[in-house]
Amino acid sequence: MEYVIVGAGPAGVIASETLAAIEPGADITLISGEPEPPYSRMAIPYLLAEEIKEEGTHLRHTAGHYDQRGIKVVHERIAKVDPATKTLTYESGGSRSYGKLLLATGAAPVRPPIPGMDLAKVKSCWTLADARQIIEGTKPGDRVVLMGAGFIGCIILEALFARKVKLTIIEMADRMVARMMDKTGGDMIGDWCRAQGVDVMTATKVTAIKENVDGSLSLSLEGKDPIEADLVVCATGVRSNIAFLEGSGIETKQGVLIDNFMQTSVPDVYAAGDVAQGLDFSTGEHDVHAIQPTASEHGRTAARNMAGHKTAYRGSLVMNTLNTLGLISTSYGLWDGTEGGDEVVSVDKENSRYLRLSFKGDVLVGALALGLTQHVGVLRGLIQTKVPLGKWKQVLKDDPHQIMSAYLACVQDATRRRAA
Amino acid sequence: MQKSLLIDPDKCTSCLQCEMACSFEHEGVFNPARSRIKIFEFEHGKRAVPYTCTQCAEAWCLHACPVEALVRNPATGAVEVKDEICVGCKVCTIACPFGTVNYNPDTGKVIKCDLCGGDPQCAEACPTDAITYVDSAWTGYERMQAWAVKTDSKAASA
Repeated sequence: MEYVIVGAGPAGVIASETLAAIEPGADITLISGEPEPPYSRMAIPYLLAEEIKEEGTHLRHTAGHYDQRGIKVVHERIAKVDPATKTLTYESGGSRSYGKLLLATGAAPVRPPIPGMDLAKVKSCWTLADARQIIEGTKPGDRVVLMGAGFIGCIILEALFARKVKLTIIEMADRMVARMMDKTGGDMIGDWCRAQGVDVMTATKVTAIKENVDGSLSLSLEGKDPIEADLVVCATGVRSNIAFLEGSGIETKQGVLIDNFMQTSVPDVYAAGDVAQGLDFSTGEHDVHAIQPTASEHGRTAARNMAGHKTAYRGSLVMNTLNTLGLISTSYGLWDGTEGGDEVVSVDKENSRYLRLSFKGDVLVGALALGLTQHVGVLRGLIQTKVPLGKWKQVLKDDPHQIMSAYLACVQDATRRRAA
Repeated sequence: MQKSLLIDPDKCTSCLQCEMACSFEHEGVFNPARSRIKIFEFEHGKRAVPYTCTQCAEAWCLHACPVEALVRNPATGAVEVKDEICVGCKVCTIACPFGTVNYNPDTGKVIKCDLCGGDPQCAEACPTDAITYVDSAWTGYERMQAWAVKTDSKAASA
């Protein structure tokens, strides 16, 4: 079988490796849209912070890793997919055929539609090339404005802070990391950042950016005084890369719609990772997650199905973890609660500790945590196994920090009953 | 034949020798807070359960790592953290549904049980054979099941 995988991020790389493992000797081509060895965007902030070198961002570290598995890595960008003739057309003009195709083209940053976003000193931080420009373009003491305090913004924040720039964060939402933290947790992260000298402006909208005569930038803010900057880093969200699929007949919404076997609306075309709109474990809806664990699970499951091993996907659990200048935050599943559910909250603002557990009946369905670094994964274990907590729910409602005991008692009990 | 840790909580006296040995082996200090194996107590200390990574076949941590910092040691079967590659993103800590990969804020890296390269010090230190290192052809899941049968009958009623 002629397998073609478009996109060399984690989903694409894991899919190609899985195919090579299932079907040794198969014809596998991994097409990368960037002129780099396959790398992890997640590692870019650590490159910016100069904790690692560029090689440290690479997804695989062994020389000949792809060759040894019979995976051909080529560098092209796709202009068009034609499922009728099973042909891909490259932006460079060439074309190639495929037997089974995996779309793993990821996502790309979106910028707000305001004047000045095209200025040279307004950067995204998404590719290795972006990272190189930010590294070259900033020196300690520079005034850097970070637009967007979402997950990616906060990861970059850490890296910019390490570069000793003078930082201002501007976020439209009423709190930091609004998509992974409630108001209590988001505000605690904001306070934490302020305490370390970062200027955090939430519920603030940039209306325009212009370049001053001295080359610095001036940002106009809605209802507030303008602020000056030497560099603006824009992290206002990402969108699935689906533009090249227009006219292909492959159904898309926010991303490429896939069924529970990772197949798109078109036979022999699959999708995985940030570009895929797949089953959500918690909601049963189809959603784009754009997180590493989903990319990894998508990649493996798609490859199995492409190779003919029918494997139903049970859905991805949304999960995030973030280090914001030393404060660790974590979120899982339906962290903001669910209809007919209930919850327990433990807040310790003085020590920046927060834990919120959301239940549906006696099943844990979501969790938020600040400052939790030990055994945090059992929250996933409890949510994903849907184990009935029984009397342990009351224990948790009395003291949510008893999660590890509840896990050991409930999940191991469920495992035993399955084994019996 | 590969070996694995076999844990029998019925024999555990919660003496914490395993935690001491683990932290000394990996961190050079006798500090249970730095241990990769942890004793959890139930029924107000009447019952103790040693808990650590089973080196499961699924290796959620390994598959979730964005930079290949988690690698299975073919000799021992343990999934090991390559400190020089780990960037500290912590995705493995939330991906492991057993909660056995932890973030160490002091080093900015994650830590997990590595079976001490094939000579697990927790088993060595355990005075009651609650932790033993035995030949095993079991998969991670079977290990988990066996572990559960061994551990939970009383824990569940705590």
